[in-house]
Order: sequence, then structure tokens, then C-alpha cells
Amino acid sequence: MTIKYTKDHEWVRVEGDVGTVGVSDHAQHQLGDVVFVELPEVGRQLQQGKEAAVVESVKAASDVFAPVSGEVIEANADLENDPSLVNAGAETTGWFFKLRLSNPAELDGLMDEAAYQAFVEGQA
Amino acid sequence: MSMNNQGRPTGIQNSDSAVPETVTGNRGLQIEEPLIFEQDSAGRCGVDLPEAPAVASRLGAVKPRGRIGLPGLAEPQVVRHYTRLSQKNYAIDSGLYPLGSCTMKHNPRLNEKMARLPGFADVHPLQPESTVQGALELMAELGRWLATLTGMAAVTLAPAAGAHGEMCGIMAIRSAHDAKGDTGRTKILVPESAHGTNPATAAACGYAVEAIPATEDGRVDLEALKAKLGPDVAGLMLTNPNTCGLFERDIVTIAEAVHAAGAYFYCDGANFNAIVGRVRPADLGIDVMHINLHKTFSTPHGGGGPGSGPVVFSESLAPYVPVPYVVQDKDGAFRLVEQAGDGPAFGRMKAFHGQMGMFVRALAYMMSHGADGLRQVANDAVLNANYLLARLQDVMTPSFEGPCMHECLFDDHFLKGTGVTTLDIAKALIDEGFHPMTMYFPLVVHGALLIEPTETESKASLDQFVTALRALAERAKSGDVAYFQGAPRLTPRRRLDETAAARKPVLRWSPAVEEEKVAAE
Repeated sequence: MTIKYTKDHEWVRVEGDVGTVGVSDHAQHQLGDVVFVELPEVGRQLQQGKEAAVVESVKAASDVFAPVSGEVIEANADLENDPSLVNAGAETTGWFFKLRLSNPAELDGLMDEAAYQAFVEGQA
Repeated sequence: MSMNNQGRPTGIQNSDSAVPETVTGNRGLQIEEPLIFEQDSAGRCGVDLPEAPAVASRLGAVKPRGRIGLPGLAEPQVVRHYTRLSQKNYAIDSGLYPLGSCTMKHNPRLNEKMARLPGFADVHPLQPESTVQGALELMAELGRWLATLTGMAAVTLAPAAGAHGEMCGIMAIRSAHDAKGDTGRTKILVPESAHGTNPATAAACGYAVEAIPATEDGRVDLEALKAKLGPDVAGLMLTNPNTCGLFERDIVTIAEAVHAAGAYFYCDGANFNAIVGRVRPADLGIDVMHINLHKTFSTPHGGGGPGSGPVVFSESLAPYVPVPYVVQDKDGAFRLVEQAGDGPAFGRMKAFHGQMGMFVRALAYMMSHGADGLRQVANDAVLNANYLLARLQDVMTPSFEGPCMHECLFDDHFLKGTGVTTLDIAKALIDEGFHPMTMYFPLVVHGALLIEPTETESKASLDQFVTALRALAERAKSGDVAYFQGAPRLTPRRRLDETAAARKPVLRWSPAVEEEKVAAE
């Protein structure tokens, strides 16, 4: 199991050929209280770096990009009822959707946890 | 994800109870006013109506099932209700309204007097032209002033407000490309600091939006712009002075580069207030620009009247002006051109002719100021903003070096380590009796505080504002975080829970005991 991050603050945790996607804890901090999440439909083909979901906080609506390409196989229905899960557990219960990776080689271009931490600190 | 990381806090951190609660809920002469429906008393009425005559119903089985919920109140209750509500409204008529990014200036009462003249106020858009010659002449005259002030070839008065004017401009650009058979242009370039309506307009007109980064000094990055210009770019949308309150010094070079790429140059005229009478946009190479009459030309704005967003066009885009517009025939009569005919123009933006009341106010403003007075408007607007910048720059942190135009921009570096945020400063400013400045916009600086005093304010009123802001900045630096997190204290409501409002919005009032009332009747 590997977890990888993008410079746009998404994470993807990969088990087999299935990736679970969400936004990083740093991102939820910056967003503030999340009030709405729009998730992709199951079956949708996502392309790496393209819009996959929308997260709306009190201060801003932001696009969430697909960290890797693939087909959506599940969306986290709990988020629609309780968007605050993103604040409570951005990298655990606040996951957005799962997809079946179509090009696992894309993972090589993403950051591991240590590299992402360094990236975030570099931005501050 | 695309992230807004400007440091705006959400949710309520802390709210002390330093202000005593009163028995009535009133705070001095500020009255806690229930909704008008909550003041309902069945059967109470402001007028003495005669009993309705008994008539046979022709509605068959359709019968009233109960009260329709109109509240019953006496006339003094109604008068007090709306007077109290009006007193809760902060307006340019009650004090300094330093809302940078949106010019909030005095609306001269002469404008109102003119707009109420029956020849302007009581006309109907479907009246025969021969009966509204004065109104049509006024529209022609306003168009002439706008064309003169901007140096442009053609004008439409139709757009309803700024963003509608933007749409008009971008539709004209699209029509011009289409007329040339140049259909491969799919992008509009917009600087990072632009008003949000610019990318929204481009997207609404079917274009992809590409952001142009800003330089260290807050202006468009010319090299980045040139790199993005190409045969796929339909146009550039730029505000000048820009949203950081800075004049785009390279604007002539920018215009040349845009034209060399075969694209058109749209200017957002929201900040025309800063340059009116001093710079003619046509001389800067601009092809099309909207003008917010409700900003630059003082027609009522926030909390007030409708917007009005006339658009001016250069020679190259003049053939695409939408209908209707006013022309004067050889015999001196004014007439509306209502059909686009076979020409290349894209048609009509709006039912009828635009915001007539705003046209009257704007022309009254122009004529009462004269050309020299309008020039003075720009001078004083810029002087006032620079006065604030000079008086605040040692306690707050200006985002960019050097003088500003009509608004001055600070970021939250002066609050670093204090625990106080831009939002807290804004809330504390309300307790001091001022409408806050624009916060957290533009997004290109962290924790932005954008202040536009306008030319309306006297030195005395600017000084009072400075005194309040300096005291707040110093209080924040002294470590009094609790004071700020508890603000505002003196308002009808304390700090609002924006998160709860978004997660559990209550959008409709419903009577708690309506059923009981109906039963009792």
C-alpha cells in the first residue's frame, strides 16, 4: 500500500489496482470549514490532472483534480450528508472517491509523504 | 485542487460576553426588530375598509381554506418596522464605505431630482418616439459624453450592469472573429488579480480561461502574457487600474502584443473612476470597455439602485454594437435603431433600452461636474487613496511599493504572530462605526485589506478612519487577541456562524403556531 500526493494537495492511496483519493490535511486546514462536496459519478473516466470533484468551504469553492487516471468505482456517500468529515479526517474517513487505475505508471510522478511535507513547508 | 489559501478563518473561535444583555434585546436606541410576520395580530389593519359586499361566488368548489398569511398591523407599527430596518442598513449616506474593488461614492441629490422629472420618470419604453424625444436626446447625449471621455467610436447603453457589459464586449469580440471566419480562437486570457466576473464572463461566452500571472510589483507579467498569446487566443480581459489599485504601466505594449496576435483587448472599466478625464482608453489601445455608471458616474450602488453598464467600442469593433441605439436624423429628430438588420452585430442584449433612470443620473453628474470637474474626481480619488496609504503604511503592510491609484492594498503581514486575522480587523472596524474594506481579495496577496475611500471623503473623515485603523493595528500588535475574536460587540448580532449558515441554512420563516391560530379563528 502506497500513499502519494500531488502538488495540488490531493492524495491517492493505492491497494492493488484501486486508488482511494482525497485532499490532504494541509488542504483542509487552508480551506476551513467544508460545507459541500460534489463527487464524480461511478463509471466516469477521469484523466490525471483534470477536474474530478468540487469542494466548497465557507470561503471558497475549489476544484479537486484526479491525481491519476482511471474509472470511478465508488464515491464516498457519507461526504454528501456530512461534509465536515473532510475537516475531521481529510486523509481517512474524509476520502472522496475510489478509482481503478488505468495507468499506474502515473504514480511515479507523484510525491511520497516526506516529499509532500517538504513541499508544503516550502510554500509557507 | 485549486486552493484559496489566503488565510481567511471560518467558524467562530471565541465570543466573550463583555456586552451586557438587555431585558428587551434592544441595544440602546438600536431596536431588536422582529419580522413583520411575527408582529401579526389577526384582524388588525392600518386602514378602515368597508365591509365587502356579499356577492355570489362563481368559483364553484374553489374556496379559501384559511388565512393567506398576510400580517395584520396598525400603521404606526408598519412605519416603525420599516424605519428600524432602514436604520440597520449601513449606506454611503450614513458613513465612509471604503469597499475597495467597488467604488462607493456619494450620489448627488441633484441626480435624484433630475431622474424624477416626469418627462424621464413617467415614460414608457413602448411610447411613440415622437413623444419621448427628450429622453432619446438624453440617451444620445450620454453616449456622446461616454464616447468623448473614452475616445471610442461607438457606444451601447443597453447592458444592465458591469458583468452584463463584459458579456456584451466579449460577444462583440466573438462576432468580430466569426465575421472574419477566424473560428479557431478558443481562449480568453485573464490576469490572476482580475475581478471574478471576468473569467465567469469568458466562460459564459464559451471560452476557455487562462490566467496570466502577476509580477512582483503587482502588474501583468508581460513575458508570460506574450508566451500565451497565439492564434487560439480570442482576447485579453484586463482591468486598469487593476484590482491591486495599480496602473498597468505596460498597457500600450500589452495592447500592441494582443493586436499583433490577432486578438482583441477588452478592458474592465470598473476602475474608470481613477482615470476619468485624465486618460482616454482608446489611446491605450483598448478595443472595448464597459463603464459602470453606478460607480464612476455616481448612480446609486450598494444597497441602492440598479446597475448600468454601457459599453464603448473602438473603430474595429464598432460594427458589432448591439441594438438598440439612438441616432439623430437630418431633420434633428431622434430615433431608436431596434433591428440589427443584415449587419454583423449580434442583436440585442436586453429587452428595451437600458436603465433610463441611471442614464439621467449619470448625465446629470457629468454635466454638473463638467470636463474639468470629472478630471478633479479622478485626481481626488487617487489623492485620497494615497493619503490613506501614507498614513497607514508604518502600522500596516502595503502589498506593493510606491503610490497607488484609487485604492490602496495591504496584506496581513503586520498581523503575523499576533493571532489576529484580517477578518478580525474587519469585525472590529464595524464596532468603530465603519463599513469594512474588502477583505481577502484580490487573492494575489495574503489576507488582503483593500481600501477605496473615493473622492467623496473629506480629510476630516479620512483622518477619523485612519485613527480607528491605526488604533486597531496597534491593539492587535499588543497581543489583545480576545478583543478581536469577540468583535463585533456593538452590532445587532455578534459574529455570525458562517459554517452553520452554509451547512444548515434556514431560508424560509415558518410560523410556529399558524395552525393553532387558524383553529382559533
